[in-house]
Amino acid sequence: MSRPIIEVRGLSKRYRLGTIGATSLREEFNRWCDRLRRQASPADQREFWALRDVSFEVSPGEVVGIIGRNGAGKSTLLKILSRITEPTGGEALLRGRVASLLEIGTGFHPELTGRENIFLNGAILGMTRAEVRRKLDEIVAFAEIEKFIDTPVKRYSSGMHVRLGFAVAAHLEPEILIVDEVLSVGDYAFQRKCLGKMEEVSRGDGRTVLFVSHNLGSVTGLCGRAVWLAQGRVQSIGTADDVVAEYVRSQTDETRSDYDLRAWGGPERAANHLVITDLQVNNGAPLVHGGAFRARLGFRTHAPVESVAFALSFATVEGTLLATFDSDHDGRRHSYPAGYTGAAELALPTLPLGPGRYALTLGVRSGDAVWLDHLPACSVVDVQPGPRTHAGFLHAAGGGLRLVADWNETAAPGP
Amino acid sequence: MTPFSGEIAIRPTRGFRGLAARELWAYRDLVFLFVWRDFVARYKQTVLGPLWFVFQPLITTVIFTAVFSHIAELSTDGLPPTLFYLCGLLPWNYFAQTFNSTSGTLVANAGLFGKVYFPRLVVPIAAVISNLIAFAIQFVLFVVMYGLHRASHVDATYGMRWDALLLPLVLLQVAAFSLGVGLWLAALTAKFRDFAVLSTFLVQLWMYVTPIIYPLAKVPEQWRVWVAINPMAVPVEAFRYLLLGTGAINATLIAVSLAMTAAALVSGVLVFQRVEKTFVDVI
Repeated sequence: MSRPIIEVRGLSKRYRLGTIGATSLREEFNRWCDRLRRQASPADQREFWALRDVSFEVSPGEVVGIIGRNGAGKSTLLKILSRITEPTGGEALLRGRVASLLEIGTGFHPELTGRENIFLNGAILGMTRAEVRRKLDEIVAFAEIEKFIDTPVKRYSSGMHVRLGFAVAAHLEPEILIVDEVLSVGDYAFQRKCLGKMEEVSRGDGRTVLFVSHNLGSVTGLCGRAVWLAQGRVQSIGTADDVVAEYVRSQTDETRSDYDLRAWGGPERAANHLVITDLQVNNGAPLVHGGAFRARLGFRTHAPVESVAFALSFATVEGTLLATFDSDHDGRRHSYPAGYTGAAELALPTLPLGPGRYALTLGVRSGDAVWLDHLPACSVVDVQPGPRTHAGFLHAAGGGLRLVADWNETAAPGP
Repeated sequence: MTPFSGEIAIRPTRGFRGLAARELWAYRDLVFLFVWRDFVARYKQTVLGPLWFVFQPLITTVIFTAVFSHIAELSTDGLPPTLFYLCGLLPWNYFAQTFNSTSGTLVANAGLFGKVYFPRLVVPIAAVISNLIAFAIQFVLFVVMYGLHRASHVDATYGMRWDALLLPLVLLQVAAFSLGVGLWLAALTAKFRDFAVLSTFLVQLWMYVTPIIYPLAKVPEQWRVWVAINPMAVPVEAFRYLLLGTGAINATLIAVSLAMTAAALVSGVLVFQRVEKTFVDVI
């Protein structure tokens, strides 16, 4: 047990910006000419280190979470450890059978039946046919698709699809399991089941798990230790609780509250009759589950507009729309002449969103269906746990709404 | 999941990497499943299913007979034109199909390759094998046509030779060569999309420098070595020699052809393995 099962030493990965996407021969030829003339080609200078000198060790049986913002290098790290791409420098040693789960149901073929896809997916993930055959009944039962096992996968609902994919993956018997954000899909009950299976996998058989997630609740719930990546470097390593707490603190510090939206999405919007120019979120205060929420949308009119209604929506970062607040829910709409600047303010006494990260979408309509301006996912906000957020709610993977209602409870002795 | 235990070292590789044959063998079940997937998935939605394998060479042969034999009056080496073309098309179709499916390997599977690791060579190798199914069906078609012809021309001088049993070896050469060129094109296409356009065009032109619509005997003797540099020329001629008994091949031509095939296969594997390790970054 002394030797680490995963050893990462000085791992770095460089991407050349501008060459993401296949090049054409002409571009390559130009670069080659530049190199001949011993000039640094402008294309060579646009590089970007997705990972820079990352080192850490994982002991057998440990469950380690990797956290960090989008673009911090989490996915790149997993891709390198899964051998999907090579590092630019440094090395990583993995001592054991590795299974990586960067996506659910990789390689599913829609024309093949559930049973056929279990074999195919199993083989893609590294199982032999004999292994799959031995575990087939267990996989089918875990996925709860007994009745549809001989139906082509293209007729499956998305939930069944995910369940089948996870069921295959859950029955791999690796010594090292690498999991990316795959639990953000699927229904809540199934997520619990997967989390349970993962816990069983790690605690029961002493398997090592490397787990990337945006869901900080599942990181603290599942992982003993955590690694926090920021801009490609290791920001902090330690017990999951400590690292997550540190991360949340830094997030609140750097969450932006003012957005200049004049140039958002390119110049075309400048021709709109009404343009949303800026957004201020919660007067700069952190967003808290169960706390108050305010937003202020600044706008400018370039032409006379009638029956104007503003809307603000929350969506998960994966893009699932959760809730919309329309300014005309009570039928009030306004008209403005050209050349006006103004602001629309939204106030919500209790924010019903569970802790997690959400995308804000802004929009302005004229009447029922004409969009004057529309800014999908133009800003991202983090909702922190509030005083009345109970522990179980943290597991709801960022998609949970807790609405306020009046409850009356009565009880009397007897049956 | 890697099907074998042991230490995996991940570090940047410099230069070319040798073939990890042991790892490839560990993934043999995946090769089999890909072959089976290709076959099942390709025909689940077509009405005629594998019958398409029969129509395609049949129609090509009819057109070739009309255009090249009757209108252009090109020699068919004293053989019935139908059998002559059909026989040449056997290895050629196999080559063209395999080349087509392997050259798109990296680009077509980018989504899969970006999510899970397994030796990338598994996919082109599966393509080489799954196209053998089409070859087998077309071979049966040829045998039927041959039988019909012999039955109606009892005094015919052409005929299958005993050494037709060597045919699998010739087929193996075609498979090796298709894989080699396919891997080259797969690597080039992943880097430069220009090659996706080029490869379709290449196969069309290639057919004309291969003795499909003319016998190798029509090429002046001192030039035949140059024709054999095209590794497809000798196998096509060998098919006719073994199945119909006429053909202009000799040991020198075979040696040249085999050497070229080996060069294509080895360099193809090396180039493919060099590109596969980082191609997901540029796709």
